[in-house]
Amino acid sequence: MKTNQSPRLRSTLVAAVVACAMLALPDTGIRAQDLPKFRIGVVTFLSGAAAGPFGVPARNGAEVLAEAINAGKVPAPYAKAGFGGRAIELVFLDEAGGTTKQVSEFRDLVQRQKVDAVIGYISSGDCLAVAPVAEELKTLTIFFDCGTPRIFEDGSYKYVFRTSSHAAMDNVAAALYVTDMMPKAKKIAGINQNYAWGQDSWADFEGSMKVLRPGVEVTTSQMPKLLAGQYGAEISALMGGKPDVIHSSFWGGDLDAFILQAVPRGALKKSTAVLTCGETATHKLGDQLPDGTIIGARGPHGVYAPDVELNRFFRAVYQDRFVLSPNYPAYHMAQSILGLKAAYEKAQGAGTTAPTQDQILAAFEGLTFETPSGTIKMALGKGHQAVEETVYGQVKQVKGKFTLVNVKRYAADKVNPPEGVKSADWIKAGFKATK
Amino acid sequence: MSTILAVLVDGAIYASWLFIIATGLTLIYGVMRILNMAHGSLYALGAYAAASLAGAWLRAGYAPLGSYAMLVLAAILVGITVGPLIERGLLRHCYGRDEVVLVLVTYALFLIIEDAVKLVWGVESYFISEPYGLLGNLDLGDLSYPLYSVVLVLAAVLVGVGLRFGIYGTKYGKLLTAVIHDREVSAALGINVNRIYLVTFTLGTTLAAIGGALTAPTVSVVPGMGVEVIVLAFAVVVIGGLGSMQGAALGALIVGLVRSSAVHFFPQVELFSIYLVMALVLAIRPRGLFVAAEARKI
Repeated sequence: MKTNQSPRLRSTLVAAVVACAMLALPDTGIRAQDLPKFRIGVVTFLSGAAAGPFGVPARNGAEVLAEAINAGKVPAPYAKAGFGGRAIELVFLDEAGGTTKQVSEFRDLVQRQKVDAVIGYISSGDCLAVAPVAEELKTLTIFFDCGTPRIFEDGSYKYVFRTSSHAAMDNVAAALYVTDMMPKAKKIAGINQNYAWGQDSWADFEGSMKVLRPGVEVTTSQMPKLLAGQYGAEISALMGGKPDVIHSSFWGGDLDAFILQAVPRGALKKSTAVLTCGETATHKLGDQLPDGTIIGARGPHGVYAPDVELNRFFRAVYQDRFVLSPNYPAYHMAQSILGLKAAYEKAQGAGTTAPTQDQILAAFEGLTFETPSGTIKMALGKGHQAVEETVYGQVKQVKGKFTLVNVKRYAADKVNPPEGVKSADWIKAGFKATK
Repeated sequence: MSTILAVLVDGAIYASWLFIIATGLTLIYGVMRILNMAHGSLYALGAYAAASLAGAWLRAGYAPLGSYAMLVLAAILVGITVGPLIERGLLRHCYGRDEVVLVLVTYALFLIIEDAVKLVWGVESYFISEPYGLLGNLDLGDLSYPLYSVVLVLAAVLVGVGLRFGIYGTKYGKLLTAVIHDREVSAALGINVNRIYLVTFTLGTTLAAIGGALTAPTVSVVPGMGVEVIVLAFAVVVIGGLGSMQGAALGALIVGLVRSSAVHFFPQVELFSIYLVMALVLAIRPRGLFVAAEARKI
């Protein structure tokens, strides 16, 4: 039978079929490289006491890594240029100025600058303030460095992730290390900053020590204000109690000032200091630290990073640009960017070139991905909080040069609480391996 | 060493540090009626200049003891260049305006200097720790203090005695006192008030810079380091009474001892101990310990 279709009707039908096919196979015709750049707001301290040892190395790490990602020069499994072929663009913002400013700056990044995601925040106070706003604005936000466990233990978020471990890991591992290396230590003291990070760090270390070494005596717990800068009286109070161990989660300029003031007074020789963020200070003050000082890097970062291709690549591109080797905030930044790239490309695997934010969120939850510091698992906080192994070592000056000895590694499941259990409760219950 | 002695020594060292910084602030207010919000930035400038100059001195291989002279020289250089620049270039155009306007002007100046510091020195930390341990230590029982802390106390005493002599024992000091009491009458009597203001602001700037320069060996010199200091310096001068030199000395001593006592006996309240004292003093003497109540002009 001869059909009587006009050429016009035929072309309409063809167009309809093509349109249906395009709907069935969404955006297969769109090439990733044709998409607008994926804009990432990067918030880190660019001024203030935390800029030099923390914020700037993190910014530098983001800069070299983003360039390498866009050029397709990152080793496997990240060899594909951009995020699955889509170029990325970083929008840097200064974290200095306090939580109120950060909340309004976050709104500006999302609403005016139209970033697709935000990676940021070193201060735990800023993370606690920004997390609810990220939910309100429905924007994928990755905390790269702040450490307070309260974020996912006291809250539940859809849009917020943290790609580094929280402070419980640092302090449980510090207590395990002290127990391993100092069998006679019976008196402990602490000096920590008086806000969420310092308070949580001390509570976790003190709690862990009481579990591991029942009867341990706390001589003093000093909590000076963040950025106080002068610690003469605190050092006297610490020395007066003659503790075996002085625990400190100080970071940035506060850590530098504490070392500069405590070392000449012999405080860190008479007692062994456990500096959970000590790695950042070793780059410039390492040769001033006495033998035996216990140094943490909040994970296997910096000198503790594994000898894998991704780490060799990251160190090389960083040193090539900035001469100094990357410290742990730079590694934390690399974890966030690579975590986002891994989630984006996993979401693409579902058959779309340009995944939606919801698809990226779904891919990110519970993700396992590779970084210069080894494998990261988003194992806690309903798949939003990372765990990783951690490492501690002790300073040994060899012919005036700073080295680390007695390096011990702690697997992630030994030093992190199980999913759904608060760190404080887990520690109180005599933390057990979560496997 | 008994805890009481530790409290006294720590308190005295902290008070000395505070006094050197606060005395410049109170001097400028006493003479010029300017609450100088930029004082913290001038302190930071002193620290940066000291780190650069003393650092260059040590890197060049000169005698380490000379680094102390470099610290002081750096502070004086900041004082005699930045002080007149600010006073002649900015503040003199604002004289006669309301005190609140001058607070805003100096706050703007604070922000400008903070950014200028970042432009010149960047955001990296600077270290000049050698002078802190160079003189050795003084052992008091179980505690050990760097002799540098003793130098800090001596420097504070020297500043206090020097200023007292300068104000009460010299002709210039008498002219200064006349200007403090009444600017218009002083000018009518032939006192060059503008010059008095220039010298006072330069001296205040130099004192802030000396505070920063002497602090530099004990900290990492970083952008923003002046912010905390200005808050503490205000607490000191408010307790002692704005514009009173004796008040600054007593205020610094009270703050130093209260903070030190809190650290040793009640560390959990250290954070607000200084402000508690400030609130108590203001509740009893709203104009501070050393400033008498004034009849209000209508």
